[in-house]
Amino acid sequence: MGRRGFLLTAWPWRAAGYLLSTVPVVLTVGLPPVLLGLPPFLAVAPDATLGEWAFLAVLGALLVAGLGPMATIPLARLERRRLRLVDLRSTGSGHRRPPGRGVVPWLRTRYAESATWRELGYFLLLAATTPVLYAALVSALVLQLCAIAAPLILLGGDGPMALGPVEVATPAAALPYALAALVLLPAVPYLLALTSGAQAALARALLQRGSGERLQAELVEVARSRARLVDAFEAERRRIERDLHDGAQQRLLSLTMKLGLARVDLPSGSAAAASVADAHQEAKQLMTELRELVHGIHPRVLTDRGLAAALGELADRSPLAVTVAADLPARPPRHVESTAYFAAAEALTNAAKHSGADRAGVAARWDDGVLTLEIIDGGAGGADPGRGTGLTGLADRVAVIDGRLLVSSPAGGPTRVRVELPCDLNRPPSG
Amino acid sequence: MRSEPTAVRVVLAEDGVLLREGLAGLLARFAFDVVAAVGDAAALRAAVAEHRPDLVITDIRMPPDFSDEGLRAAVELRHADPDLAVVALSQYVELSYAADLLDSGAGRRVGYLLKDRVVDVADFVAALRQVVGGGTVVDPQVIRQLITRRRDPLAELSPREHEVLMLIAEGHSNAAIARRLVVTDATVGKHVRSILAKLDLPQTEDTHRRVLAVLAYLRGRPANPQPR
Repeated sequence: MGRRGFLLTAWPWRAAGYLLSTVPVVLTVGLPPVLLGLPPFLAVAPDATLGEWAFLAVLGALLVAGLGPMATIPLARLERRRLRLVDLRSTGSGHRRPPGRGVVPWLRTRYAESATWRELGYFLLLAATTPVLYAALVSALVLQLCAIAAPLILLGGDGPMALGPVEVATPAAALPYALAALVLLPAVPYLLALTSGAQAALARALLQRGSGERLQAELVEVARSRARLVDAFEAERRRIERDLHDGAQQRLLSLTMKLGLARVDLPSGSAAAASVADAHQEAKQLMTELRELVHGIHPRVLTDRGLAAALGELADRSPLAVTVAADLPARPPRHVESTAYFAAAEALTNAAKHSGADRAGVAARWDDGVLTLEIIDGGAGGADPGRGTGLTGLADRVAVIDGRLLVSSPAGGPTRVRVELPCDLNRPPSG
Repeated sequence: MRSEPTAVRVVLAEDGVLLREGLAGLLARFAFDVVAAVGDAAALRAAVAEHRPDLVITDIRMPPDFSDEGLRAAVELRHADPDLAVVALSQYVELSYAADLLDSGAGRRVGYLLKDRVVDVADFVAALRQVVGGGTVVDPQVIRQLITRRRDPLAELSPREHEVLMLIAEGHSNAAIARRLVVTDATVGKHVRSILAKLDLPQTEDTHRRVLAVLAYLRGRPANPQPR
């Protein structure tokens, strides 16, 4: 509105449209209660006692509160759409999604949330203020038009006419008022914009979701997108592992085998045999390195055989003597499996590096929707998650899937890392 | 025993084309007769039924599900014909795979090797010959894991005896062990007797019987000295 050239934009027209279209809305909200309420009111009015008045007031309030939302919820949706006429910012509904299908969950949600009652308040306010406000606005506009037209009307000789508080009788007397009204003409769009702006501000304040609701919705969205990211990350790791396994690893194996074959065929002691032997050795070294790399990205045994087998393999790779007790009736979802696996790997690495233990135990079990993984080492204890011994990263990983990481590591040991991951188990594969 | 002069007839099952071709070439180079080279477990069963080979070499993980189709086919084939020699190739060590194979056909004529072993061509071919000859070959990596898991009862073996135990379990004869460790046969014999005594296993010079006893011990189950 403060911009230059405001008068030449579509905004004055949009403001006028907004104000004009408010009228049917207010009529829709206001007329039914008035039409329904007036006859009993008139019937009772003449000789009503205070108690009867109070009774009527309570009854009316109950009716408005009980039935009002049925009308205002759809009307509020209309109002949010209409708000776009004068407000380009997006307007989200503050309503929550009902927990189930059907009428009852819907009613229960709607009548229990603040958005519904804010909407009802908005329409009550609108119905109470707009008639007065609009009457004043329309009178002012009519007065202005009359003032402009007054000299012409008086030229026609229709006697004295009233321009608000003053009365003019001749065109000459009317001329100053007409000039003043003409000068004030450009102010009309501003007046319309101001009114519609105030009304839009009211609508925005009461009809869209509040900051708490917005924050909650954003949190839910952030949590969801975080879970999606983790899933995508997991899928990507598996894809890279598969590509390397099917591609580079297979080709390298085949190449190394050919070098091995060439070695057999070359006369031993020749220069060629020596270089091929070198090449063969290097290729074998590369095979080992690539295998370790691929294993670190995502262990194949975890994909193929599941968590219990992968934990067994992890135990075999550890420099500690690790006992594994995994009792899982079926396989958890993939991202849970790999979180559990990498948590165990991290905990065992820590145990081997820092605890001074020579043995450790890993236990995995599933109980009532929670996969619990426990890693205990017989070391000196004193592990501190705050000192960044990899435990922080572990906690982050676990938190992403709504799990918990508990570390107990008293001085003197033992260190106990417990990971709880909520999940459902997949049904065991049928074939 | 199948007659010696004819070449060993092999059915090969491996889903990776590159490796399958490579293996077929390698086997041909060492005078094996590859009668069929297939890419999945169903084709493996069909090829074995058709060709009645002396040796089956199969990848454990094959289409359609890429889990353990090859292994299951191998175990099935050995139940039908316990004398069929089978060598299973695995991407990674999985003790349950090894156990399934060793439990089929009393553990004779069976091999469980990591795929990577094929690059040491001579050793790989020697292992195949050993299996065809009635022996049992288990990958050193598997033995290492078994020994790790049986750490406590094995604690009284000396480091040298540990080494010899691994080689016994892999299926090597006394002479082969002596060659590897660069010691005399007599020294190996002494170690072997000491190991068997410490582990309370029957003293036997029969390499095949001995490896089965040691494997059974490492797997933590009672030895079954009388094969079928």
